[in-house]
Amino acid sequence: MNPWTFFVTHRSEIFSATLDHVTLVLIAMAFAIAIAVPLGMLIVQHRHLRSIALGIASVFQTIPSLALFGFLIPIPFIGGIGRRTAIVALILYALLPILRNTYVGLSGVDPTILEAAEAMGMTNTQILLRVRFPLALSIILAGIRTATVITIGVATIAAAIGAGGLGTFIFRGVAMVSDSVILAGAIPAALLAIFADLLLGQLERRLKVV
Amino acid sequence: MNAKPEAPSDVTIEFRGVNYCINDIPSRAIVSNVSLTVLRGETLVLLGRSGSGKTTLLRLINGMLVPTQGQVFVEGRATTDTDPIHLRRGIGYVIQEAGLFPHFTIAENVGLVPSLEKWEPTRIAARVEELLQLVGLNPPEFSGRHPRELSGGQRQRVGVARALAADPPILLMDEPFGALDPVTRAELQREFSALAHRLNKTIVFVTHDIREALLLGQRIALLQAGRLVALGSPQDFLRLNHPEAHAFCACLEPSERAHK
Repeated sequence: MNPWTFFVTHRSEIFSATLDHVTLVLIAMAFAIAIAVPLGMLIVQHRHLRSIALGIASVFQTIPSLALFGFLIPIPFIGGIGRRTAIVALILYALLPILRNTYVGLSGVDPTILEAAEAMGMTNTQILLRVRFPLALSIILAGIRTATVITIGVATIAAAIGAGGLGTFIFRGVAMVSDSVILAGAIPAALLAIFADLLLGQLERRLKVV
Repeated sequence: MNAKPEAPSDVTIEFRGVNYCINDIPSRAIVSNVSLTVLRGETLVLLGRSGSGKTTLLRLINGMLVPTQGQVFVEGRATTDTDPIHLRRGIGYVIQEAGLFPHFTIAENVGLVPSLEKWEPTRIAARVEELLQLVGLNPPEFSGRHPRELSGGQRQRVGVARALAADPPILLMDEPFGALDPVTRAELQREFSALAHRLNKTIVFVTHDIREALLLGQRIALLQAGRLVALGSPQDFLRLNHPEAHAFCACLEPSERAHK
């Protein structure tokens, strides 16, 4: 069967796998952002936490994704087979790009501006929320963009632990030695990644100051 | 121009035996044993080369730095005994390149301290308009713009307006006109000098430019390697018999030295 006929005959299945995939990515990204952005704000002000937080996040990135999914299975509460475990792994994977960009963006604000803010009598919290954060927003968003693209790709591997998504076709295609089936998962995943990259890239440019 | 007599109530800022060392390491002294008073309503210029400790003295006044030894008093209270946020909201601060917030409009930049002080929005708007007019920027034209849309001179005018926003009795200025082209600089210096007399603020002005010091200062404090080496009126300064003062006066044309 050529890829196109496979695609046409399985379109509803592919469509629902794409939806599953997007859901997986959106949930993981929401948690990753909710953890990494505040953590980035924290480590800008607390020097001693900086290397610990960035170090831990880097370690997660170095673990091969398939292994990370595997490691999580036996862990109580977050582990097991299925979507929950996959989401945890995806969150851990997405942390570093967001955390690093949040930290770099917040700490890279022009010192003259920070000096002025301090001299105006702004408190540290006001400087963080009203000066550093808006000025770092486009860099933070660049981190979110990188993390989203990575997550869309890594999420295909989540099918290995029964989380569903477009990876289902890829694994099935590998087992069946069928390019058509692999492409039915790989092409929508690639398109999703490109689409997310363009969309977030546009948002990033819009939020850029100066 | 003679300095006013020094009665205690006339003193706005006082340095009493102030030393400042980086990380409190004595060998890294930036300011050594400075004692100095700034009188109410005067413009005191801190003149010195780069690294002479001028900016450090300025930052000791608004508590952005704390003396290693000695004390700095503002309105009779030691900066170490004052809440730094409260202290700074009562002291205007203008720096080189203005340090405006690029993501704020001109109106938001100027209205920052009043908004931090929780003024009513209508009162802030009225104050912003008044201040833009004061520094020679047409409010309807400039209020909604962002700093990047302004020239260096215009940005510096906004910087002055922002510092004056909450009507602080004290203004600290760190080479505010240093990054401007000579023509704009001269224009702003003249306007600022007139404004300073009119507003009756206590101003501490840091510069390395002897002409600017002579033009704006009622008194000039000469700093060298963190020490106060001379203090007096511009006329006194030109007659000083100190090598560092001579070095600065040597930058002037003979005619400038004579007519002051």
